[in-house]
Amino acid sequence: MGDLFREIWQMATYYNLLFLAQGAVTTIALSAFGCILGGLFGTLLAVARLTDGAMTWPLRMLALIFTEFFRRVPFLVTLFLCFFAFQFAGLDVSTLTVGCVTVVLIGTAFLAEIVRAGLQSVHPNQWHAATTMNFSLLQTIRYVILPQAWTVILPPAFGFFILFIKDSALASQIGVVELTYVGKTFSNKGFSAAASFGVILVIYFMLSYPLSRFGAKLEKKLAPSRTR
Amino acid sequence: MPHLELDNVSASYGALRVLDGISLSVDRGETLGLIGPSGSGKSTVLRVLTGLLKPEAGVVRIAGKPVNLGNAAEVRALRDRAAIVFQQYNLFQNLTVLENVMIAPTKVRGRKPSEVRPEAMRLLEKVGLADKLQSYPDQLSGGQQQRVAIARSLCLKPDILLLDEVTAALDPELVSEVLDTIRELAQEGMTMLIVSHEMGFIREISARVAFMADGKVVELGSPTEIFDNPQMERTNDFVSKILRH
Repeated sequence: MGDLFREIWQMATYYNLLFLAQGAVTTIALSAFGCILGGLFGTLLAVARLTDGAMTWPLRMLALIFTEFFRRVPFLVTLFLCFFAFQFAGLDVSTLTVGCVTVVLIGTAFLAEIVRAGLQSVHPNQWHAATTMNFSLLQTIRYVILPQAWTVILPPAFGFFILFIKDSALASQIGVVELTYVGKTFSNKGFSAAASFGVILVIYFMLSYPLSRFGAKLEKKLAPSRTR
Repeated sequence: MPHLELDNVSASYGALRVLDGISLSVDRGETLGLIGPSGSGKSTVLRVLTGLLKPEAGVVRIAGKPVNLGNAAEVRALRDRAAIVFQQYNLFQNLTVLENVMIAPTKVRGRKPSEVRPEAMRLLEKVGLADKLQSYPDQLSGGQQQRVAIARSLCLKPDILLLDEVTAALDPELVSEVLDTIRELAQEGMTMLIVSHEMGFIREISARVAFMADGKVVELGSPTEIFDNPQMERTNDFVSKILRH
């Protein structure tokens, strides 16, 4: 154990710490992109899927196909799909951009499903009441449905966010310098796997634990009266 | 000229025809009671009148003017004039009593909260809930929730009030408080279409009663005609069964 700590201490050079910080910032950025933009686009897809009538049928189908496709394709495959799609299109973009696009695609698909399930968990009579009082779809969702759906949406959403932080590690496969990439680099430099990935493990935990606590707090705060 | 009129309206849920060429009219200030066995289409009439179900055929008229139920703007205009109170109250669970009553006038109609608040409070006082303004629906009894639902509908200042079995989900001891509120509205001259299984109440409050079965109006007449001297065998069967219990 003493050797491990000694090794970690040796690892803590200015350059290595800077490299580690870069990896951590990239992991945070990738996760934040996936969660925030994915949450935003996912909510739009969920709302699109809740529309009815012939006019919005193409929108519903598009949302359905997108959601079902990207939820079924593994993260790594999507990553390579994006990587080669950019190459095929002749666009010279950084691997970080490819990583960001991938996480947004995956985040959108998964969060769309979580938000849709949450919105549909609210009793249909709440929708009917709002409709008969001339609430628009967006007013119904904003004032009536979403406040009641938070308790259903937040636990799986934050579970997904945490999973997502860990999944972003796969971006290292295309050369994105995030935490796992940094761990692999330390290991290649000659540090033991226990020290290299031990440090990475602690940072992953430090990122995900506060997020899960925040999720629990938010859930309590936004809970409707019946669970207050 | 009738205030509200359904002319030869047919409607279905998928392949199931629920309304089969139904014609009904309610005069201004009149209370029409709609009775009939479960599945006869009573509540569907109200769903059509609130634009929740689009009829396949027939015309709905308000004050003689036909409403195009395929046109969103006309459906919105219809909903502005005809408010519904549901069997299950359908209060917004995330909002307090006062917020439930104020939300549609302020957020949908764009009126100022300072202007709506006194009206909402007056209505809640009228239904005997002035002390429950800050309560949430799940902190109220069924009867109280139903009275909030009535106040919420009235705050939209409708011409016509549609009541869908508003006492069906209530415990017997809570029924009278809701019926008192409706009785008061009838005395004030509100045009009302009431679907109910409370035969005594329908008999007392309605100017006319329509008996429905299998999506059709089987018989229409004064409460005395329908309950004491029904002309149709179907009506007689229903009324005698109900009155026997």
